[in-house]
Amino acid sequence: MSIKRAAAIVGVGDVELEKGKVKHGHSVLQIQAIAAKRALEDAGLSKDDVDGIFVAGLWGLPGIGSFPSVVVSEYLGIQPKYTDSTQIGGSAFEAHVGHAAAAIQSGLCEVALILYGSTQRSEKSRTLAGRPPVLTAQYETPYGLPSPAGAYAMAAHRHMHQYGTRPEQLAEIAVATRKWAQLNPHATMRDHLTIEDVLTSPMICDPLHLLDCCLVTDGAGAIVLVSAERAKDCRKKPVWVLGQGESHSHWSIQAMPDLTVTSAAVSGKRAFEMAGVTHDEIDVVQIYDSFTITVLLTLESLGFCKSGEGGDFVSNQRTAPGGDFPLNTNGGGLSYAHPGMYGIFLLIEAVRQLREEAGERQVKNSKISLVAGTGGTLSSTSVVILGRD
Amino acid sequence: MIEKPLPIPDGDSDVFWQGCKEHKLLIQKCEDCSSYIFYPRVLCPNCFSEKVEWVQSSGVGKVYSFTIARRPGGPAFKDEVPYVVALIELEEGVRMLSNIIDVDVDKVDCDMPVEVVFQVEGDFTLPKFKPRAI
Repeated sequence: MSIKRAAAIVGVGDVELEKGKVKHGHSVLQIQAIAAKRALEDAGLSKDDVDGIFVAGLWGLPGIGSFPSVVVSEYLGIQPKYTDSTQIGGSAFEAHVGHAAAAIQSGLCEVALILYGSTQRSEKSRTLAGRPPVLTAQYETPYGLPSPAGAYAMAAHRHMHQYGTRPEQLAEIAVATRKWAQLNPHATMRDHLTIEDVLTSPMICDPLHLLDCCLVTDGAGAIVLVSAERAKDCRKKPVWVLGQGESHSHWSIQAMPDLTVTSAAVSGKRAFEMAGVTHDEIDVVQIYDSFTITVLLTLESLGFCKSGEGGDFVSNQRTAPGGDFPLNTNGGGLSYAHPGMYGIFLLIEAVRQLREEAGERQVKNSKISLVAGTGGTLSSTSVVILGRD
Repeated sequence: MIEKPLPIPDGDSDVFWQGCKEHKLLIQKCEDCSSYIFYPRVLCPNCFSEKVEWVQSSGVGKVYSFTIARRPGGPAFKDEVPYVVALIELEEGVRMLSNIIDVDVDKVDCDMPVEVVFQVEGDFTLPKFKPRAI
């Protein structure tokens, strides 16, 4: 069963940030509404066209945030025929794309709206504290693992131990990503950055330095997906969903089978097979960069290089502007923005690249883009392959 | 002074935490497929058998991976930094998260041999690990 070309992304929207914060002290519902309106305008559709709603977030908890697709629909005045609050962490939105395409293919909805918002920076709600020590977290939180950085740091140490990967190779990723951010006027961090800067930034959790870690910002994003039939009448040219896969291998880091391999090995394989494309055919890549190590492990797990070769793969600024592997072209979670669940912004940037709307950072002649989300502590992944006509 | 987060025991974990109080590191073993299991569950995640029994681990293992927390994992750990959080692979084959104590944090490495020690924290006794001379 395949959802190849069953649905197309026809609209994207987001909100501008100032020093990582939303403007005018907007609430998390206000920014989602603004992003939704922009995405629908981008598509040439109206609110009343939406019959499928997909929302995940970490706002309003404990409380109404437990029911995000319901609460957001109420706020927007939408009564959907298809509703999905799938929450698997930052990769949720790549999963939503697959779920929406399947629902559209089945005729269960025609116009799907995927939404996310976060005001974690404005609210100063982000800490390194673990989750409440109940159920499976009772075996983790009492030991003070900084969350999530400590778990990713352990993955980095294991990779270094097994394969000899070096801190400066991880730093290559942060530096290349910053170069893309310097081409994006909306990126939060645009100052010049060197490998030395990364390696001399404060250690957070060995071996990860401050500049190996993503930003903590606000943000909101929206995506509109429609059937092939509805795509004909939209304002923008369709960006087709060619393939999608999703998986998760664990929640707590102690249950991760192999700290050097993510479930992108499973979700990526399905996405590639569904799309019927090879690695060489991918023009531009967006990979979840919560930490530099996330990128390196995902590149390996997706099969862009062999296990253990990720450090060499990213060396010599290969993923920077002008390199032969354009990666995280908006500046990524490391330098553009990271509101907590970053995955929707990977999709938005992939669409802008394929539509040639990316301005100074445009990768020329991009026809096929791969998007790989990661959530939790390397726990969940979802991979989407997108293409234009 | 913010108190450290302590386990909130449940039907899966009561026996485990009681064992720690008695300085026994209890893990589970499936009577049907012989898999060792940690954390404790009502059934075997390998074969779904409900015949899971408690066995005492040797408490001996090695560091699968680790990090040195230079920033605390929440305000309760502010006075502890730098401290080591590690994934311990017990010789029975299961992995558990813990701290490595009584060690120069910069001397910890992957595959380092360790053994369990029990540390009282509030009303609980937590299994922690220290370097093991071999």
